Amino acid sequence: MTVTLRYFAWVRERVGRAEERVELPVSVVTVADLIVWLKARGPEYAHAFEKPEVIRAALDQIHVKPQTAIGEAREIAFFPPVTGG
Amino acid sequence: MSVAVQAEPFDIAAEIKALQGARTDVGAIVTFTGTVRDEAKGRPIVEMMLEHYPGMTERELERVEAEAHARWPLQGVRIIHRIGSLKPGDDIVLVVTLSAHRQAAFEAAEFLMDYLKTRAPFWKKEVGIDGVGEWVDARDVDEAALKRWQP
Repeated sequence: MTVTLRYFAWVRERVGRAEERVELPVSVVTVADLIVWLKARGPEYAHAFEKPEVIRAALDQIHVKPQTAIGEAREIAFFPPVTGG
Repeated sequence: MSVAVQAEPFDIAAEIKALQGARTDVGAIVTFTGTVRDEAKGRPIVEMMLEHYPGMTERELERVEAEAHARWPLQGVRIIHRIGSLKPGDDIVLVVTLSAHRQAAFEAAEFLMDYLKTRAPFWKKEVGIDGVGEWVDARDVDEAALKRWQP
């Protein structure tokens, strides 16, 4: 399945791009699986996702937990804890 | 639409007037304005960059607004959050609540800010006089503040 990955704040800076389209392998079922897969893609990803516990994620623009199944989501976003207000 | 994400400044008096209109049943108007501080942990700050997640931000703000309406008898709500490059002293965020009585207006304004700070996808980067930008860390105290609203 092809999905759009979006990165924000320091996750975006470390990965070096704001978004990309990727073909997910069938072994990637949950958001946590996707992080493990991304970390192996290169040093910039390894750096961005070095502490998975601080990374927040959204599926189709809705906050989700790492153990959430990606399912039919088309857009998956990764970002640090939010700091607005 | 009562939520807005914009680069432009906002006019508090104009926002209140637009919410209140010709109504005469409003008894309490509470506003909260968040502004850019000129220092962070002792480091002088000359600029704040605000990034957000277009689409998701508006969705989250509308969700929190609906939640406030469900919890308190509100007659109007306005949330404006600025993005882009801001300077010390500039306004960042505005929350306005209208109700017949002050308790609902005060509580809802606090709830909206607590919720917004921990759920709406905004990120702040503070730039020092040396031109170095540092991303602001999320504060545990903000997460704790949200917990008091849990039913």
